[in-house]
Amino acid sequence: MTTIPIDTTDLLLAASLVLINGGLSLFLQLGLTGQIVAAALRMVVQLVLVGWVLAALFTSGSPWATAAVALAMVLFAGREILARQDRRLKGWWSYGLGTVCMLLASTLVTLYALGTQLRPEPWYDPRYSLPLMGMVLGNTMTGISLGLHGLTTGLSREKLAVEAQLALGATRFEAARPVIRSALRSGLMPIINSMAAAGIVSIPGMMTGQILAGADPILAARYQMLILFLIAGGTALGSVSAVFGGVWRLTDERHRLRLDRLS
Amino acid sequence: MALLQVDRLELPGLKPIRFHLDPGQCLAVMGPSGCGKTLLLRAIADLDPNQAEISLDGASRGSCTAPEWRRRVTYVPSESGWWSSTVQGHFRSWPPASLSRLGLNAAFGPRLVGELSTGERQRLALLRSLEHGPRVLLLDEITSGLDTDATHAVEELVADLRTRDVGVLWVTHDAEQARRVAPRKLSISNGEVIEEPLA
Repeated sequence: MTTIPIDTTDLLLAASLVLINGGLSLFLQLGLTGQIVAAALRMVVQLVLVGWVLAALFTSGSPWATAAVALAMVLFAGREILARQDRRLKGWWSYGLGTVCMLLASTLVTLYALGTQLRPEPWYDPRYSLPLMGMVLGNTMTGISLGLHGLTTGLSREKLAVEAQLALGATRFEAARPVIRSALRSGLMPIINSMAAAGIVSIPGMMTGQILAGADPILAARYQMLILFLIAGGTALGSVSAVFGGVWRLTDERHRLRLDRLS
Repeated sequence: MALLQVDRLELPGLKPIRFHLDPGQCLAVMGPSGCGKTLLLRAIADLDPNQAEISLDGASRGSCTAPEWRRRVTYVPSESGWWSSTVQGHFRSWPPASLSRLGLNAAFGPRLVGELSTGERQRLALLRSLEHGPRVLLLDEITSGLDTDATHAVEELVADLRTRDVGVLWVTHDAEQARRVAPRKLSISNGEVIEEPLA
């Protein structure tokens, strides 16, 4: 395997494209210049930091440090889910529901992959566990965000229909079924599209990275398939648990719709 | 024994409410807009959190599940919700009994709910609420969008249900209608709910 090294000059040349974006935003008065520059700077700082952290972690190989980094990733992703909700659950639930569902889904899927398919030595080897968890986490986060957004806006919009069913003796999950179905479709659509388009519309990011790093394209494709299967499993697990947890919270034990629990 | 016994029902801005409904009895519920008529019906149907001692045929509300309670004590709002695109998607079996009595017919089944008039939706919502054979109907201005003939048809249908011992609480702003459907009323004013005869 041979990797073509990238130095700072190469990165600056690539970054010039972002300057073009900023220039276009100014010229077209899109009002996005500040956001483009801030996002680009944030990306650079985050990736430099994560590069250092991963390098240190791979050297030490500590299981506790690996677990701590994985937990930090989950907690940050939980904040992102929260930020993407128009109508949030009140109190601890607003952050807790998405974060706990994401923690469960991404941990289970990552442990499954480490224990049965990749089998690194030791099993928690950060070189495998963290990138794997990161990819599962990023996509599970999107699924949960879209699922919860669909649920909260759907229940608010369909309040009359849900209450009409409750008034006729439906249980809370029966009454919310159309909204649940729509929310889960929203949550799962991105990964379905990714799988359907993989290899034809686009070569996925991880496979591209491996090929650029000199890996055999056949092996890179196998890794990409593995990752997409894991992401699909994690996204389904996370979205379903978050949406059903959301219905549980937005109704009560007497099967009443409790939109007063939304901010 | 009373069909429906309501005791110590607490609602915002109102003194604790107590009344009972006998089998086949209809009580009109009257009062100015915003006085709590809809809240009263929703609380009895257990659709909003509330503190109360409520029983049906002597069995307390807490002794059965909320879905079971609502199949027996059914709330029909003035503007009901719809969860399926077609009319028949809202019924366990189509056509429902009494459809023609309310000036509707089986051809309404495949029609889209969005194409119906307010009055047609109100009549269908009432018929939909009868599918489980409720013991008590909580009717919230269900004829507000109906013409005179349709209003009378609904009143006659409810009168027939009363002959089968169904109890009715009927919120209406129409004093004439109240006199036609009920000998007594629950009057909500000055923070109190008082049962009195209709003048």
